[in-house]
Formats: sequence, structure tokens, C-alpha cells
Amino acid sequence: MILGNRQIKVDGLEMAYGSFVVMRNLDFTVEGGKVTVIMGGSGCGKSTLLRHMIGLLEPSKGSIKFGDFDFTAADESTRDSMKQSFGVLYQGGALWSSMTLEENVALPLQTYTQLSSSEIREIVEFKLSLVGLSGFSQFFPGAISGGMRKRAALARAIALDPKYLFFDEPSAGLDPVSSQRLDDLILQLRDTLGATIVVVSHELASIFSIADHAVYLDAETRTMTDQGRPSDLLEKSPHPGVREFLSRGKTNG
Amino acid sequence: MQAEAQKASLEVSPLNNDGNVSIKVCGDWILDTKLPDRKELWNQLPSEATATLDFDFSSLGKWDTGLVVFLLGCIEESVRRGVQINQKQFPDGVRKLIDLSQAVPEKQTGRTEEPTSFLQTLGHNTREVLEGVNTFLAFTGEVTMGFARIFGKNKVFRPIDFITILYQCSAAALPIVGLISLLSGLTMAFVGAVQLQKFGAEIFVADLVGLAMVREMGALMAAIVMTGRTGASFAAQLGNMRVSEEIDALETMGIRPIDFLVVPRLIALILVMPLLCMYANVVGIIGGYLVGVLMLDMSTHQYITQTFKAMSLNDLFSGEIKSIFFGMVVAASGCFYGIHCGQSSAAVGRAVTRSVVTGITFIIVVDAVFAVIFHILGI
Ligand SMILES: Nc1ncnc2c1ncn2[C@@H]1O[C@H](COP(=O)(O)OP(=O)(O)OP(=O)(O)O)[C@@H](O)[C@H]1O
Ligand SMILES: [Mg+2]
Repeated sequence: MILGNRQIKVDGLEMAYGSFVVMRNLDFTVEGGKVTVIMGGSGCGKSTLLRHMIGLLEPSKGSIKFGDFDFTAADESTRDSMKQSFGVLYQGGALWSSMTLEENVALPLQTYTQLSSSEIREIVEFKLSLVGLSGFSQFFPGAISGGMRKRAALARAIALDPKYLFFDEPSAGLDPVSSQRLDDLILQLRDTLGATIVVVSHELASIFSIADHAVYLDAETRTMTDQGRPSDLLEKSPHPGVREFLSRGKTNG
Repeated sequence: MQAEAQKASLEVSPLNNDGNVSIKVCGDWILDTKLPDRKELWNQLPSEATATLDFDFSSLGKWDTGLVVFLLGCIEESVRRGVQINQKQFPDGVRKLIDLSQAVPEKQTGRTEEPTSFLQTLGHNTREVLEGVNTFLAFTGEVTMGFARIFGKNKVFRPIDFITILYQCSAAALPIVGLISLLSGLTMAFVGAVQLQKFGAEIFVADLVGLAMVREMGALMAAIVMTGRTGASFAAQLGNMRVSEEIDALETMGIRPIDFLVVPRLIALILVMPLLCMYANVVGIIGGYLVGVLMLDMSTHQYITQTFKAMSLNDLFSGEIKSIFFGMVVAASGCFYGIHCGQSSAAVGRAVTRSVVTGITFIIVVDAVFAVIFHILGI
């Protein structure tokens, strides 16, 4: 297997839509088996960074390495096989609308495993129960609420017990209790699967409770201004913007 | 009881010694009433000498965003002209709103809309067309590879999806394809009959309808109806999947959208179009038959024998072959624009329009190419 260690190394990354540069000079490492939170104001490029990490967008400069494996330079079939170890939760859920929740969660299993259909059904039922949706396996995505869709999408993301998990604002649109459950689930996935988890979030409560490491993207300077443990950043970050973000703008007076 | 709204107006006092102009704001400043024009205010001011503006709000009635926007505009203009506006006298609510709107400084987004010259636009559009051709060729290649892969071992193929698609573009399409074909058969027979009657050659209506349907109209009618019906629905469906990131979700799962979404649709239409074409032929001929029997007093036997006498297997074959290619065109244009749809609902609308226009255009082009080929082959 190509994956010896499970860290993700972002090296001199520049992201652009056409001639519009979203972020430049991004350098940071996501430690294997840890939860890293990407934070920053709305529209600063968090989702864009995530889309680069999962290979949906090509960097205009720099590279992203998974372990010792250069993802940006690999050819397509290697990348495709690499992607089987990714689980992604999109900002809007992105469940396949023509399939029931059960089929949604089952598709990755059917595609990549040799399991029998009854085994797959059991796994699907288990994953749905993890996110609190056990009774809903026969529902279509259009017939459940936005928060439920998000949880179902999470069940799909963890279907294959991925080594790398990417969450785009997992708790947006969830009530406080579900949001808390989701945070617990994320920590459990880290501890049980040893998954490397990248979370985009601007919910302070969840940042402080789940993040082993946080990366702050700044819209003004178009780069990462600081990184570290959220509590350390709040106390001693040299950048007022970071402290302001982590204290809801209160340091501003 | 509601008081009659007072008309909003401004009273500009003459310049005093300190270069101070006082402006009295009177009446109700409500959005959907007529508010004084800002430009006129600046014209009324004693031009160069004005240093500060004082607004007097003592006669102000009701106010809403209308007043705030007016004052914001004044502030902006005053900065440009180097005039001071004394904001202290603004009503409390107004001042808070203005402060709030100015609290976050405008960000430099790095995006600039430069005015473009004609040549730039031309070059830009040319590049876009070439890029479009490039993506289409890439798409064709991908689809071909996708075809090969369904026989490989890593296939992603859900029979249930395929059956749904097959149903949507076959059984569900029968009524509309039937109606259009019946009407075109009827019309052709009717128009032909009026002409042929002059020569007492009504019997040849059967030849006319039979040949025209089988060689051209059956395949063409079925294809055009399917472009508007199925091609458009493919484009809308895939476009929506693009917008809701469902296609991205497939990609990151290592499932190729082309294999999963496009290839089944293409296969379905390639299978279904020849059958639909056959069906359109039969229904069209029935249209002709109705005219023959009801209007021209032919017997059923006469009409049918005449129809069969007129047609050869080659005629049948030429229509069927074409319909297979029409099927490819319809599925490909629908899926291509759907997959390459932008990220908004407006983009889905554009994708649908383009898929239908391109689909119909290419159907006509393919038809013309086949006309030439068949002519050369003598079919
Ligand atoms: N497809 C696109 N084409 C051009 N520009 C884009 C595109 N998608 C996003 N952008 C721009 O890139 C910037 C970053 O967008 P992104 O979606 O990554 O923000 P974000 O940090 O995820 O914001 P949010 O927290 O609101 O989700 C924005 O300024 C946005 O306008
Ligand atoms: Mg986002």
C-alpha cells in the first residue's frame, strides 16, 4: 500500500479560479490520525481548499502530498484508487437524489467491496444508526430535512471506513444536540479508525471541542496567517485577526 | 386612521459666513414615495464656497431606508467634493444604520472588470469556442473509454437505474412520438392527395407516405421529439446533479460520472431509437391510411398492398441506421451539456437550451450526411 503514514502535506499551494487567486503560499501539515480544522471568514476559500485536497480542482501552483505520495502529480488511475480512501461530506450534503438513503450509503460498498448484499445491508443499517437515522433507510433525500440530509451524507462518507475524512461545515444547519453528537462522532472516528480528519468549520464551540490543530485562512492577505491548537491561538496568536475570530470579534472591544 | 403622507422635500438655506449651508429635511421619507433628487441638491448649493453641510431634521416625518440611502449618497458625494457633512445631527436610528453599513471596509477582491475592446471580445469568444470543441472531443474520448470499461471488471452499473432510464425514454415517450408521427402522416397524405387527385393518381398517396415516413420522417420525427423530451431531461437532471455537488461526490468516490451517468443513457437511447423509429413509421403510415380510406375511398387491402409494393428493405434499413446515430446525438448532447453545467440554477437553464438546440442542429446535419452517403451507395 502506498500509504505508510497518513499525514497530508500542503506545500506552497496557490488556488485560483481563472485569473482570480483565492489563496496563495499555503504551507501546512495535517497530522495523521488527528483532527485539523480549517477556519476563516465566509468566502475566504475554505471550501475551495477542501476541493483541492480531494482532487476536484487543480492547484495553479504547489502540491498536496498524502504520506509520501504526491497526489497532484499522480496520473488519473492512481488518483482514482487513492480516492477510495477518502470520505467527503459536502457543504450541501450532495446525496444522490435518485437513490434512497440505503442505496446512497450502499453504492460505495457495492463498488469497492465483494460483500454480499445482505452484508452490505447490515453495514448500511449500522452506519445510518451511527448518525441517528436508522428508521429512514428507505427515504429519498428529497423527503428528509436539511439536517438529516447532512447526517445521511456523513453516513455515506464513512461507508468504506476511509483513512481520510473531509467535512465541509458538518454542523451548519444542525440543532445544538445533533451538532454535539456529530462532534463526538468525529472524535470517535479519529480514535477508532485512526482516520486523518480535515474539518471546515466556523462554529467556535465545535472548533474548540474537536480540533487537535487549526489553520486560519485570512481573506485580506489571501494566505494562512496562523496555525496551532485553538486554545493556544486564542491566547497567544500574534495576529489580532485570529484572536478576534476565535473570540467572536470580542478582542475588538 | 392613517395620516396623509407628507411629501418629502428639502429646503436649502443660503450660505452663511462660515461657508455653512443648512438643509432642512421635511416630510415623510418613505421608499416608495417620490424622494428629492440628490443631483438637484448639489446643483442648488452655492458651488465653490460651501465648506460644511448641516442637515436639520426637525420637520422630518416618517423615514425608512429611502432616507438612509439618500444620506449615504450625500456622504459619498461630499467626500468627492471635499465638503464636510455634519453627521452629529442625524437622527439616532439613521446614524446607527450608516455606521453599521460602513463598519466593514470594502474588500479588495482582486477581480476587476476591465472594459473590453471588440478585438478582445472576438479573441475571447474564439478561444471559448475552441475550448468548447476541445472539451467535446475529450468527452467523446471519455465516453468511448467508458463503453470499453463496462465490459471490464471495475464496472459501475446499476441495473435499476438503467431500467428506469430505459422506461423514461421508451414507453413513456410512446404517446407523444405517436401523436406527432400520426399527424405528420395525416398531413403528408392530405397534401399529397390534393395534388395527386388532379391526375387521378390518388393510389400513390400510399407510396408517398410510406416512403417518406420510412426513409426520412419516422426517424427524424422520433429524434426531434426525443431531443426535446429526453435530451432536455438528461441535461436538466445531470445539470442539477452538478449544482448540488452530486457529480463531485461521485468523482471523489472514484466513480467516474461518465461511466455511471452518461454511458447507461447513451446505451438506452441507442437501443430505443430504432424501435421508436419503427413505431413512428407504423403510426405515420396509419395516418396516411386514414386519409386514403376515409377521404380517397381506397380499400384497406388496396392501401396496404400499395404501401408494401412501394417500399424495399433498403428503405427501411436506411431509416433505421440513421435512427441509431440520432439516438447517440440526442443522448450525447443532453449529457454533455448536463455534465459541463455551471454551478447555478441559471446554468441549468442554459444547459437545457443548448442541449436542445445543439441536438436538433446535429440531427439535421447527420441526416444530410446520410443523404449524401446513401446517394453515393445508391440505396
Ligand atoms: N466556481 C467558482 N468560480 C469562481 N469563483 C469562485 C467559484 N467558487 C468560489 N469562488 C470564489 O472563491 C472564493 C472562495 O469561495 P469558497 O466557497 O471556497 O468560500 P468558503 O470559505 O467555503 O465560504 P463559506 O464559509 O461561506 O462556505 C469566493 O470569493 C468565491 O466567490
Ligand atoms: Mg464553503
